Amino acid sequence: MSQDLLSAVAPPAKREITTKPRFSDKVFRGVVTSGALSSLFILSLIFLFLAFQGFSVLRTEGFSFITTSSWQVVLDDAGNIDPTATVFGLGAMLVGTMLCAFIAIIVAVPISVLSALYLNFYAPAFLKKIMVAVVDLMAAFPSILFGLWGFFILMPSAEYWAKLLHHYLGFIPVFQLDPLVFTRSPFVAGLVLAIMVIPIVTSVSREVFSQTPLDRIQAAYALGATRWSMIRAVVLPYGRSGIVGGAMLGLGRAMGETVAVYTVLNVVYQVNWHVLLGAGGNVASMILLKFGEAGPQEIKALMAAGLILFLMTLVVNSIADFIVARSGGKGR
Amino acid sequence: MTTSENQKDPEKNMQTPSVVSSLGSVAKTQSAPKSPGSQALGVGLEARGVHAWFGDRLVLEDMSLDFWSGTVTALIGPSGCGKSTFIRTLNRMHEFIPGAAMAGSVLLNGQDVYAPGTDVTKIRLKIGMVFQKPNPFPSMTISENVLAGLKLAQIKVENKDDLLQECLERAGLWNEVKDRLGAYGGSLSGGQQQRLCIARSLAVRPEVLLMDEPCSALDPGSTLKIEETISHLSSTMTIIIVTHNMQQAARVSDYTAFFLSDGGPGKMVEVGPTGEIFSRPKDKRTENYVTGRFG
Amino acid sequence: MSTATLMKPQKPWQASTQQRLISASVFLVAAAISYGVVAATPMKGKLAYVFVFFASLSVLDFFFHLVTRGISAAKDAVARTVVAFGICVAVLPIVSILATVFMRGYKGLHFGLFTHDMKLNSVSDPIAQGGLLHALIGSTILVLVALVISLPLGILTAVYMTEIRGRFMRPIKFLVQAMSGVPSIVAGLFILAAVVYPLTKSYSGFVGSLALSILMIPTIARTSEEVLLLIPNDLREAGVALGGTQWRTVAMVVVPAARSGLVTAMILGIARIAGETAPVLLLSGGGDQVNANPFSGPMGSLPFYIWKSYSVGTEESITRAWAAILVLLVIVLVLFISARLLSERRTNK
Repeated sequence: MSQDLLSAVAPPAKREITTKPRFSDKVFRGVVTSGALSSLFILSLIFLFLAFQGFSVLRTEGFSFITTSSWQVVLDDAGNIDPTATVFGLGAMLVGTMLCAFIAIIVAVPISVLSALYLNFYAPAFLKKIMVAVVDLMAAFPSILFGLWGFFILMPSAEYWAKLLHHYLGFIPVFQLDPLVFTRSPFVAGLVLAIMVIPIVTSVSREVFSQTPLDRIQAAYALGATRWSMIRAVVLPYGRSGIVGGAMLGLGRAMGETVAVYTVLNVVYQVNWHVLLGAGGNVASMILLKFGEAGPQEIKALMAAGLILFLMTLVVNSIADFIVARSGGKGR
Repeated sequence: MTTSENQKDPEKNMQTPSVVSSLGSVAKTQSAPKSPGSQALGVGLEARGVHAWFGDRLVLEDMSLDFWSGTVTALIGPSGCGKSTFIRTLNRMHEFIPGAAMAGSVLLNGQDVYAPGTDVTKIRLKIGMVFQKPNPFPSMTISENVLAGLKLAQIKVENKDDLLQECLERAGLWNEVKDRLGAYGGSLSGGQQQRLCIARSLAVRPEVLLMDEPCSALDPGSTLKIEETISHLSSTMTIIIVTHNMQQAARVSDYTAFFLSDGGPGKMVEVGPTGEIFSRPKDKRTENYVTGRFG
Repeated sequence: MSTATLMKPQKPWQASTQQRLISASVFLVAAAISYGVVAATPMKGKLAYVFVFFASLSVLDFFFHLVTRGISAAKDAVARTVVAFGICVAVLPIVSILATVFMRGYKGLHFGLFTHDMKLNSVSDPIAQGGLLHALIGSTILVLVALVISLPLGILTAVYMTEIRGRFMRPIKFLVQAMSGVPSIVAGLFILAAVVYPLTKSYSGFVGSLALSILMIPTIARTSEEVLLLIPNDLREAGVALGGTQWRTVAMVVVPAARSGLVTAMILGIARIAGETAPVLLLSGGGDQVNANPFSGPMGSLPFYIWKSYSVGTEESITRAWAAILVLLVIVLVLFISARLLSERRTNK
């Protein structure tokens, strides 16, 4: 309304306020700005160098680099690479990456949302402080720790759960299993990844939930709501996009994880969407596996694979960032 | 008494004479208005020696006050004198603040709302509240907002449309929104949003309605509409309104209580029929305040 | 305070003794049921107890509240149990991880770990021989070099976001976020493509640090930004109003005021990269002897040592891996706790 008034009187043109910055400030601003642009610089360099190194492979393989699923280096009799028989196709590992990451998200998101709700609305003050510290600490754990723990401690239990799933839910195609190999399956890798992303999703959700406007919470309570009906009516609608954003962040982290997956997953180059079968892999773990004995041509292919992985995580993170940024300060 | 019974017959609960007679004596000696208005239906809500703390700080001291059914009681006083804290103790919203504590008792129809084992959600159903800032649920439409209380407290109602119309009519909003009940609550103006919040409170059929400075965020036109709504509602329920606006208190209320804090805890200085408080206050401090000499 | 002294503050909304007794007995009954079910049915394992306990607890709670207070209270009670179950599942792994590392790691601990390297030993030798010295020194150097690169860039980014607030603010916020999502193996491949193949053509600690910096900069930038945002604007205005240039205000007022917070950011950055394995595997190699020169020769590090010992797979080597993980975990814990204490002190001030 006040804006209508303002426009009605036709305000005078705004004076431009100019200051001549001092030399020291100019230098300061220049240094800080260029320092801040380092992230842009580094990210573009990553893209350029990986694209440069992987270019020849990407050119020969074309689109089939991400659609086909065979990764073979064939040498001719002289020990040189046979360009016609050598193929690089990332398809199987892309399937594996998505499979493991989705298992992780499906397991982690409900647990994280429940934890975030507990921390925000149920925990007594002293417990909340401890629990928040513990969950944040978990986010700081090195991934190799999760890998070894997953291999030695989680895997025996997880195999047992996998057998239960197969026994009771085996009629669902994804839980089917032909050779009964339960060890080192995408299911186990997904669980380890879930444990790794729970702290991330929890802390994003907790942050969003804690920004729920207090007046709406009070309005719900004043209408005789129980804590749970208040959460359903007020907190979850408000925090929904924040949860999705947090899940995307977790997805990005799960897709790029290397060492933990390499440790618990039986990295085999084949398309496998049977989550309980002990074979599979993701792009990152395949790079680590193949890197040791790769020749120059294969290293180029691995660089191209790294580029694809980089772009995938970039896209997922951008979506996450967009969703989280939009959820802040918005009504619904 | 369950809420559903309460729903069907609100008048029955308000006319509980036994409660009035048993507690009337206490009320009279302390703070009850001398001559309850003819329309009064009895003592609905009573505060007995209510104290309130935030952490170690006592913010409200020894508040005893009766609120008669069918009347509007205004609580006035300068900022920080404990008016809002007081009404938040009445429907147990006080306890959401960490470190909050209280003493004394609040009786609704003779029953202590702070008694052990009391279901706090049932208390808040019977004592509704309207807040300073209009706070409709933005993810719900207008009709969903009005019926939100039923959903939140899981109360079944047979004819939702009738209830919706009735509540919006009582809140004076029906004519303005009847054609766009599916619009989101946030699309209304501030004054309409506040009346929507009143309608939302009415839908669960409260016996008491607490209003915490309901007009302070609104323009004069919307304020007038809300005041009309208050006088319409006052014949059927107990209304307690906190206000900074003394003209508003004079316009809408039957009784007025003046609160004051001398830097320490807030206390009640004086209570009486609104006319007397504004024309012949007994206490010098009340007189200074209502004549605008301070505060 | 005349009459007030007579009244005691009460919290009548807190659970009474009777209610506490009831919920305690519901708890006990649920525990008994879980014990009985696990004993009677083929379900086995510690986790079975947890699942059955929470399942029976929510069923009991539901019916108890349904009878005493109605359906909405019953749903609320179930929600409380389910939410508590969620936090238990989230915290269970961390308890298990800590317990595992301490139980398995302490067997491999001996004083020689901190005085010997593996020059004369292989990882399958008896535990008492050899040690972690090369890995500790290597990790320290890797982290310090990465810190020297990342700290200025991270803090400059944060200063840009809070002090200059120029037109790149939103893009940079996004880029920092995107950079924190770069997989560590991609960071390693990038340094390989950009530095190792065209320039150095060999493993060294320095290239490892370069890759670690990519992972460290976003952590430092984001934490520092949060810290600088907490500095009240009055301070900045006071500095400028006294005639200081923006440069002097930031350097002499804002940054010193945020000092302990910036230290926290640094510590969290170190904790982020101390255990990073993938780039180290690709870039810095892993010598078995102490190499204090980051510019030449392979440089051992804790994650590499853990990886190598684990891969060999003999009993001794795995014990060594656990011991090294214990050392790494203690370092991360110490860093994390000191960061917490620092920020705690800051907020209490």
